[in-house]
Parts: sequence; C-alpha cells; structure tokens
Amino acid sequence: MAEMLVKIEPQASVSLPMPLLDKCVHCGFCLPACPTYVLWGDEMDSPRGRIWMMRKSTIGEAAADANLQKHIDNCLGCMSCMTACPSGVEYNKLIEETRAQIEESTSRPLPERLFRWMLFATFPHPQRLKLLGVPIALYQRSGLQALARRIGLLKLLPKRLQAMEALMPTVPLNPFRTLMKVSSVKTTRARVGMLTGCVQDAYFGHVNAATMRVLAAVGYEVVVPKSQGCCGALMVHSGLEHEAKAYAKRMIAKFEEAGVDTVVINAAGCGSTMKEYGYLLRDDAAWAARAAAFSARCKDVSEVLAELPIEAALAPLPLRVAYHDACHLSHAQRIHAEPRALLAQIPSLDVAEMAEASLCCGSAGVYNLLHPETAEELGDRKVQHLLDTHAQALVSANPGCLLQLQASLRRNGHAELPTFHMVELLDASLRGLSVESLLKRHNQGCRRDR
Amino acid sequence: MAYIVMDATILAQLKSAVGEHGLVVDRNQVQTYECDGLTNFRTTPAAVVLPRTTAEVQAVVRICAEHAIPFVARGAGTGLSGGALPAEGCIVIGLARMNCVLSVDLENARITVEPGVTNTQVTERVKAAGYFYAPDPSSQTVCTIGGNIAENAGGAHCLKYGFTVTHVLGCEVVLPNGEVRWFGSEHGVVDPPGYDLPGVFIGSEGTLGIATKAVLRIVRRPETVQTLLAAFHTATDAAQTVSDIIAAGMLPAAIEMMDRLSITAAEAAVHARYPMCEALLLVELDGPRAEVDAQIREVRELCSMNNAWEQRLAQTEAERSLVWKGRKAAFAAMGRLASHYIVQDGVIPRTALPMVLAKMQTMSEETGLRIANVFHAGDGNLHPMVLYDASVPGEEDRALILSYDILRLCVDVGGSITGEHGVGREKQCVMSYMFHEPDLATMLRVRHAFDPQNLSNPEKVFPTPRLCGERRHGAYVPHPAEAAGIAEVF
Repeated sequence: MAEMLVKIEPQASVSLPMPLLDKCVHCGFCLPACPTYVLWGDEMDSPRGRIWMMRKSTIGEAAADANLQKHIDNCLGCMSCMTACPSGVEYNKLIEETRAQIEESTSRPLPERLFRWMLFATFPHPQRLKLLGVPIALYQRSGLQALARRIGLLKLLPKRLQAMEALMPTVPLNPFRTLMKVSSVKTTRARVGMLTGCVQDAYFGHVNAATMRVLAAVGYEVVVPKSQGCCGALMVHSGLEHEAKAYAKRMIAKFEEAGVDTVVINAAGCGSTMKEYGYLLRDDAAWAARAAAFSARCKDVSEVLAELPIEAALAPLPLRVAYHDACHLSHAQRIHAEPRALLAQIPSLDVAEMAEASLCCGSAGVYNLLHPETAEELGDRKVQHLLDTHAQALVSANPGCLLQLQASLRRNGHAELPTFHMVELLDASLRGLSVESLLKRHNQGCRRDR
Repeated sequence: MAYIVMDATILAQLKSAVGEHGLVVDRNQVQTYECDGLTNFRTTPAAVVLPRTTAEVQAVVRICAEHAIPFVARGAGTGLSGGALPAEGCIVIGLARMNCVLSVDLENARITVEPGVTNTQVTERVKAAGYFYAPDPSSQTVCTIGGNIAENAGGAHCLKYGFTVTHVLGCEVVLPNGEVRWFGSEHGVVDPPGYDLPGVFIGSEGTLGIATKAVLRIVRRPETVQTLLAAFHTATDAAQTVSDIIAAGMLPAAIEMMDRLSITAAEAAVHARYPMCEALLLVELDGPRAEVDAQIREVRELCSMNNAWEQRLAQTEAERSLVWKGRKAAFAAMGRLASHYIVQDGVIPRTALPMVLAKMQTMSEETGLRIANVFHAGDGNLHPMVLYDASVPGEEDRALILSYDILRLCVDVGGSITGEHGVGREKQCVMSYMFHEPDLATMLRVRHAFDPQNLSNPEKVFPTPRLCGERRHGAYVPHPAEAAGIAEVF
C-alpha cells in the first residue's frame, strides 16, 4: 500500500467553549436517539460524531470545511440526544453556536443561498404568509392542485419545491381575521398573553382560537399583543444569530407592554426558543436581564393547563388517538407528561403510544424543505408507527409536526386520517362537540374559525 | 498532524465493494472513527467502510487480505477498552448498517440477527411474546450484538443468566482471509459436536474475524421480578451482605453496588431517588412468585443483620426501570462530576471485596485522584472509575497508572484484569502481569491459526514491545534514548 503523509494547512475553523465540549464523554448513548444515525448508521451523522468534529476544529486539528457544514446541516436539531445523554451535554448550545459560526465563515452555492433567502423572507412573517394564502387557496380550491397532482405535473419541479407543495396546508378563507381579548366568565386565575406565531397564525388560526377558548374556560384572562412578529426560532436553528436577536427583542418588548403574568405558547418550536431568550441575549447588557425574566414567564399551553385540574365539565369524546411528541416539547422543553395528563382527563378518549415515540417526524422547522428526502423517510416511518396503533386520529402540539404528518399521511394514501392539536380536543370536549362534528370539520378540509 | 491517505486503486476497489455511499475517506469524516468509548487512545483510520451485507464485508476483507491492510470491526463504538480503536493505516469496518432482525423462532426460543442490531432491540423484538435477551451491558440501548460477541459482553443480570457466550447458539463469521464460515449451528442446535468454535470466537475482541450473523437464545420472562435497594454506612457491611446472600443458597438475577460518588452522578442524570449513602446495594430477584417472595424476605433480613439503614422495594415497573436506568447510566453520568475518567474492569473473589475496596481508598488518597465504584458485586466484577482532569499536565498519565495499579491489585488477590470490557488496547500491557509467556504464546498460536497475516484488529489484547515498552506491566514508558530524542520508536 502506498502511503503518503499529508500536512493540514490552517483553514477556517469553529471555536466552541471547551467546558461545553468536555461534557461529552463519548459514551454513544445518543446514537439510537438520533434520527440521522438511525437512518444512515454513520458516526458523522450522530451527535457524538458532530461534537467530535466541533472539538477537532476547536483544537485546531481539522478545518471547518464543507464536510463539517454538511453534517451540521444534516442535524434536525430535535434535541432527542439531550434526553438520552446521561452526562448532561448541552447539545442545543453547541449546535446553535456552531451553526452561527459556520454561517459567518463559510459560504453556500448560489441556488442554496437563494432558497434559504426565500424561506427566511416568508416563514417568519405572518402577514406575508397570509398574503400567500390567497393564491394557495385559489390553487387548492379551483381544482388546479388536484389536477396537477393527478397528472404528475409536480414531478417536473425540483425536489425542494415539490416538498413545499406537498407540505402546504389547506389554507383557511379568512386568514386576516384578528383574535380579540377573551376573559373567563367566572373569576380570573391570572392574565396571560398568547403567542400567535407565524405558520400557526396564518394557517392554524383555529388552533389559536381553540387555545384561547380553553384558557378562558378554565379561568384565565387571555390577551393577544398585536404585531408580535416571529419568535426567531427558524433563525436560531439556522445560525442567523443577528436576526434572531432582533426578533427576540421585539417579542420581549411587545409582551412587556401587554403586562401579562405568563406568556402562553401553543407551538413547541416557538416555546423552546422563547425559553432560551435569556441565553440568546446573555451578552447584551441592555437586554440580558429582561430576556431572562421574559423566558422565565414563558410556558407551553399544556404546562399552564396542567397546573390545576380542569373544573369545567368535560364531555366524552369516544375516539382512539395516537399522541405524537413534538421534539421541541418533549426533548427541548422536557414536557412529556403534561399533554398526556390533560388528554387523560377527557372522558372516553383512548390515547395510544407509538413505537419510536422519541424519534423526530422529520419536520424540524424548515428541515423538511431543505432536506426533503430525509424528512420524507422519517415521515413515512412515523406514519407506519401511527397506523400500527389503529388510532382514528393523530394528536400533537406543534404546527410544524402537524403539517409534516399531514403531508406524510397524504403521501402514504391516508389523507383521511385527521390530525389535531392537543388543545383542539380539549376545546371540543369543553364545548361538548360530538366526535362526528369534530371529524366532519377535518373532512371538510376547511377549518373556519367560529 | 499527519494521517495516511490510501492508494487510489485500493480506494477504487473498496468503492466497488461497498458502493460510493458505503465508503468514507475525507479527513473530517474518518476522524470521527478515531476512538470508541475509550478516548485516551486515538488513531485516525485510512478509510471507513459501512457495508450492508455479508458479501460486502467479505469483499472488503478480501481486499485487505490481498494488500495486507489491517482492518478493525466496529459496532456502535461504545467499548471501554479501545477494542474498536483503529490501527495505523487501517480500514474501519463499521457494521451499524447491518441492523436487521432476520428471523424470530419463538417455539425454539431463538432469534437470528445481523451484527448491527442493538442489544435492546433484540429484547424489544420478543418482549410482547414474553421473552427477553439476557446479557445486558449497561450500554445495552446502544451497543450492538456484533460488539457484544467480540467482547463476550456481560451485564448486571449475567450473575444468574450467564454472559454472551451462553446465549449465542451460532454465528456466521468472515475470517481474516475473506472466507465465510458458520461457527456453532446455523439452525440453533445446542452444543454441536466438534471443537467449540463459538467458544473460541466469542470474546476474541475482533482478532479472529468479523461476525456477520448470529443466532441468539432468548429467555422466558420470569413470572415475578422484585428489586430491592438497601443503603449501608460502609462498603464492608454491603460486601458482607452480598457474601451472605450467596452463602444462603440464593442466586439473585443481579446484585449491584454503588458508592457515594456513583450515586451522586447517577442521581444527577436520572433522578432515581437513590438513598444517599456510602454503599448502596441493588438486589434483584426473579422467578416464580412464591419463591421470589420468600427469598426477598430472607434478603431483607440479611440486609438488616448487616446494618442496612434503609431498604426500599421498587413498587412499580416504572420505579424498577428508573432504578436500573440510573445504574446503567452511572459510567456516562460521571461526566457530570469530572471532565475525564477511566473505567476499569477488574474481577476479584467476592470475599476479597472489603479488603480491595479499602486498599483502593488508600490508593486514591495517596495519588489525590478520586475513585468512584459501581460494580457487579454478585460476581466480584469491579468497575472502579478513576476521575481526572486532562487539562492538568501529567494527570492523565497518573490516572492511567493508577488504573493499572488497581488491575494488578485484582490479580494479586487471585482475580483478573477484565470481567467484560475486554483487554483491547487499554489493558494489553497488563496481560503479562496476569499470564506467563507460555500462556500468551499459546493464545497467539490460536490467533495465528485464524489470522496468520495479523490483520484482524492487530495490536490488541497481546502485549507488544512497541506499545508496552520494556516495562510490559503497565503504561508505556519511553526508553531513555527515546525520551532524550536520540532514538525514535517506529
């Protein structure tokens, strides 16, 4: 065998704090928890391998090259590895810091840059999403979508645009309605402010409305600060630190004005980011303390509702559902028991657990648009586990997961299987809706807010 | 920093053997394979291949045999003795993609799997039918059957159920010359006539070939399981209790012991609500309900007689699994207490426990290095963990030397240098403390019968002058000429 010694010249590198890296003892407990390792079985696409690459670059033994970028990009950021880690590695900090440094130091090919620019020019902007809703609604309701899908026209599109089309939700016809303040009819427990979100606000308005009704029904006064904007989750996950910080500051200021005790969030991805504002703005003297105080007030809707037993009457909902853990709820926020405990309070509701429950569905923010093949593989896997439970519906607590699973169900020929946000079921039970009317709303495909 | 680049024609051959997606050669990628669960030793391999079939493994091994390239098999890379540490210029054969359960035969209580299936996945697959796979190393959720076979993996429940070797009925092996053979029975026949080749192969640490399929024995889940936690003021009391339980004629499924440092780490990781004490015993009994109920009473009496100040029986399955989760996370959770540590794996006669634990305490005080203990007390398999800080100059070396001193102590009291983690790269220099030259020479002859070219996981298990120097009983000590920069080891 011919051997050749190669000297590595100094190149771009990433630099991470050694104490964060040293926490990893290389035990490998994260491997089976990691979706990319489960799919591909290579060390570079495992949390342990990624941390090893970060370490190598930090100590100057490897460059921050295209390979590092590739394997860091491949990470879904589901944080399942953090749940599995016995040693307490803060992988969220490591991956976000690495992504920020890579975005600063390395460039991407032009088509990649354009696609990313397009994503960040639309998704974090609820108003733009709502405007986009008009042509999408026309496309969906004119029969054009059905035609395009039937004759296979979409296959001519690049894979990423195909994924985008496949993930489009059925948009409501009244996306521009605004939510008002609601108050409990009885004594008020506390005044809470609700995050409306971006995708949630534009395409899942019925989930926001249901959240407000449920909170009011159990005794909260709910206010919705106007012009909240985006929480910046997509930016944080993509290494766009400056933009993320600007969004965070706007969000903090808006909710401070509203004067609420608690910030209620019904989108797992947003919640996990907002709970980390304190860390994101830690080096900003003017904002660090405000951000930390704000983060401490952020709670997922299931945390708020699980604090006290629901006193209002809950009508039976005889239905078998499978509960899907959103990664940013169960792994990033460690909220696992609360949604289950809430669903367990609904009489006659049968909640099934899925195999590989801790594995990501492939949504992961905009991951399913950037890496459609990987996301589809994970989505198909999830659908199989869902079907194995013989559930009549799927329940989750994150708009991203719901979009991803709806698309996966359509792709697998199970478009008829309804998906709900956890609060929709509580809302239906509190309002005494029948299972038939709940499912009918799904079948109509149109979820107009009432 | 330098690393070896492989010849282009060999790379082309490898690519045609495993496909483009099965070959990894870029530096930033292959370096993620430079060590396993033991990070003190690191070597960047020349290439990594990720085969999907026996035929692909065979094709790669043939290329290695033809060009005399060393190769190292790797499962999930959780080993703690450096068994999957690459050799200079070697090809790492990663088996993680061979992760299919091939067949389940409940009537004959066996299951056939590929080597990349994890230990837990085997149990998961047969759990619903009331069976489990008995060997349960602490890393069972991650570690693979291939690695378990190479290391003859153990685990807490091996006290009653035996090690991997008693649960493998047969395995398909790619020999170092590229031939494929079945050792034991392909059809799961127990104890076929002729030499016990599975017995030779299992625990050979990757030096005799690569397992590509395995027929495993699965075991009926017992009717009842009871798990008791007992807290003691001293390790001596706890150790005496262990001896008393065995002397009373009982064979618990597991008897584990944890000291204060280990409890602290495990508690921080999983919040199992362990009693905080100097020595915690975890005793598990399983079997028919009447027998378990009677024995657990007896065990509790023995604990009380030996001054246990708290005893707690796990009340639910969830509580029981949490107790075990903490115990099994104890090694990795040590990362919460120290930036670095070495896990050792000595075996001693049960009766020597109090003396050895006391001696280790003295060694810890003398060196100023903390030693945590979490171990399989029932079969005297110790896992002392030497904690250190690699950023302090010289501390890593002192920790390694202390860990080897502990192994020599185990040999001195009539024990062994490894119970289940294997010799690997880490303990090879202590091998000659345990074995005489003729013993080692006999083992080497077995090795060379399988691998005359010395290609399959070379430079493991056996002490070599290059790695162990003249002082073959401990850490490498450079020759004075080498230290002075006059000579160089190559």
